[in-house]
Amino acid sequence: MKAIYKKELKSYLTSMIGYIFIFFTLVMTGLYFTAYNLQSAYPIFGVTLSSVTFIFLVAVPILTMRVLAEERKQKTDQMLLTAPVSVSDIILGKYLALITVYCIPIAIICLYPLIMGMFGTVSLPMAYTALLGFFLLGCAEIAIGVFLSSVTESQVIAAVLSFVVLFACYVISGIASFFSQTAMTSVLAFGVLMLVLALIIYAMTRSSFVASIVGLAGEIILAVIFMIKPSLFEGAIQKLLDIFNISSHLTIFIDGMLDLTGVIYFLSIVAVSLFLSMQSIIKRRWS
Amino acid sequence: MIEVNHLVKRYGNHLAVNDISFTVEKGQIYGFLGPNGAGKSTTMNIITGYIASTEGEVIINGHDILNEPEKAKKSIGYLPEQPPLYFDMTVMEYLKFSAELKKIPKVNMPQMIDEVMELVGIKDIQNRLIKNLSKGYKQRVGLAQAILGYPEIIILDEPTVGLDPKQIIEIRDLIKGLSEKHTVILSSHILSEVSAVCDYVLIISNGKLVASDTPDNLSKLASGSNILDIKVKSTAKKMEKLLQQLPEIEEFTFLDLENNENTVDISIKTVDSVDIREKIFYLCAQNKCPILSMNSKLLSLEDVFLELTQSNEAEDGGYKVDSTEGEREGALGSIENVDEDSISQTDEEETEVNEKTGSDMEAKIKSDMKAEIKSDMKAEIKSDSEMKIAETEDQEQEVSE
Repeated sequence: MKAIYKKELKSYLTSMIGYIFIFFTLVMTGLYFTAYNLQSAYPIFGVTLSSVTFIFLVAVPILTMRVLAEERKQKTDQMLLTAPVSVSDIILGKYLALITVYCIPIAIICLYPLIMGMFGTVSLPMAYTALLGFFLLGCAEIAIGVFLSSVTESQVIAAVLSFVVLFACYVISGIASFFSQTAMTSVLAFGVLMLVLALIIYAMTRSSFVASIVGLAGEIILAVIFMIKPSLFEGAIQKLLDIFNISSHLTIFIDGMLDLTGVIYFLSIVAVSLFLSMQSIIKRRWS
Repeated sequence: MIEVNHLVKRYGNHLAVNDISFTVEKGQIYGFLGPNGAGKSTTMNIITGYIASTEGEVIINGHDILNEPEKAKKSIGYLPEQPPLYFDMTVMEYLKFSAELKKIPKVNMPQMIDEVMELVGIKDIQNRLIKNLSKGYKQRVGLAQAILGYPEIIILDEPTVGLDPKQIIEIRDLIKGLSEKHTVILSSHILSEVSAVCDYVLIISNGKLVASDTPDNLSKLASGSNILDIKVKSTAKKMEKLLQQLPEIEEFTFLDLENNENTVDISIKTVDSVDIREKIFYLCAQNKCPILSMNSKLLSLEDVFLELTQSNEAEDGGYKVDSTEGEREGALGSIENVDEDSISQTDEEETEVNEKTGSDMEAKIKSDMKAEIKSDMKAEIKSDSEMKIAETEDQEQEVSE
């Protein structure tokens, strides 16, 4: 793991990509920091951070697009996968290297509240809690980028995929508001999702029997629950979509609370994404 | 050392590796030989744990490659078909990374890297970026990476591709030198290379192991079938009558009937290895049919290779082989370790594929052989094998008829 971590970190810091990422992150936060906190003299640093979460939409795909896709394209994954290291070591080494690169702009941003403190009273615990939330948000989105880089061998496709997924997560609260809060809407939406699930199962197993059983059973269960207790479905689709609304979990941190659910939420996203990347690499062996 | 049992790899409907089994002993050089797309690289990728097999197992030093991958991979150094190089690193950085990846103790590392660089002759370029190196040097850096850490088993997939003749000889010597301490498996579609370097040859065709033996044994076994080509000034009818008088002749075929010189070309196959040249001479002399030329044909490793790989395809593709069937049977039957089951139990799907691609494949093999011959420096071999290609072309024509 150490060898891969070192190699990956070095390659990011000797090529353009690492610097573009650092530059972009710093420029955007710097701009918002200047506008909000310095010129308008707004004392809450978290507001700046919550308004720059959009930078991840561009910065994360730039950072993560090559991490696994390029290994596959250049066939260097052959060296890694035939060396006496496990797949989890490879993924972890690479992920930690990315986080290290990400820590560089974060370390610089850590100075911002101190700069603000020179001009007046600033609640440092509140600012740094917000920064912790911001850091965890970035970690989660980088993990998603790593996973999407593992599914393809083209860097461009990896970058576009990451952008699309992160963008969907970013605008998902808007999408959720399209649906009305009634139970009927949720049941219909879940019904459609169940059909999609059945189709996915069919695509994976090629067994129309299993797929139709799963689909049918799902629809019946939905209908039965709807008959018995329709109140269960009120606003359910919004709750489901909210799981994917990554940046909304930052709000509590911005307000200055160390939100344990938020920490666990971000860490779970990291764990699930890295697990999926591992599986996608192991799966490739079998296909 | 390495035990490969009933390896099967399927890509959808395509059977890339079809029930290959063999064992590898210590301190020998093994050569995988086969035309392009025969399944050499796939087999190597499975042995090294890069891809998983559909069925079968690979055991390295008692460790299964799937269940205990780290222990098994520790004793393998692998140079894939395309060297796995990071283009933005210098040679030194790359080898250091490779050493760390293989968990070589820090104390030995600089000395070991130095030794390996000396061995493959890349010491002068150690501070250059890999992306700026020529193909030959890239190949050597890949080779250095495989040797690094002196693993017990070194697996090289076409190690001499892209090297100039001088380098090829150097690398061959290096591989021979390695076999003193290591077991080496290399793959190649170049025959002269395999026969020059390897102690043991495994011929793979269409994913099947069609023969495995020492190079000497392979050519010896195949030369059991004795073929005589003669050119006689006579008519086909007359010759047919005459040749039927000789009991030693198993069968004969007329190769070329329509020519202006009133001559016939006949290919004669004798029972066992009896020399009937004198008898034929007197027979023709008595009947006043002057013999213009007479060649006895001994099969080289090259013929064995062509015969095995092509007959394998012919059988798969369902071609009717008349004229050369006996000859092929002779070659096949005399070679050990031929998995007869796997040959007779042909997958239906595979047959379909082969019928379509069979002729393409044959053309491919021929072009491969020609390319190989070009690369070979010995003029002797050149003329010899070109002649043989012509012969095999003739055979093919008959086959397709």
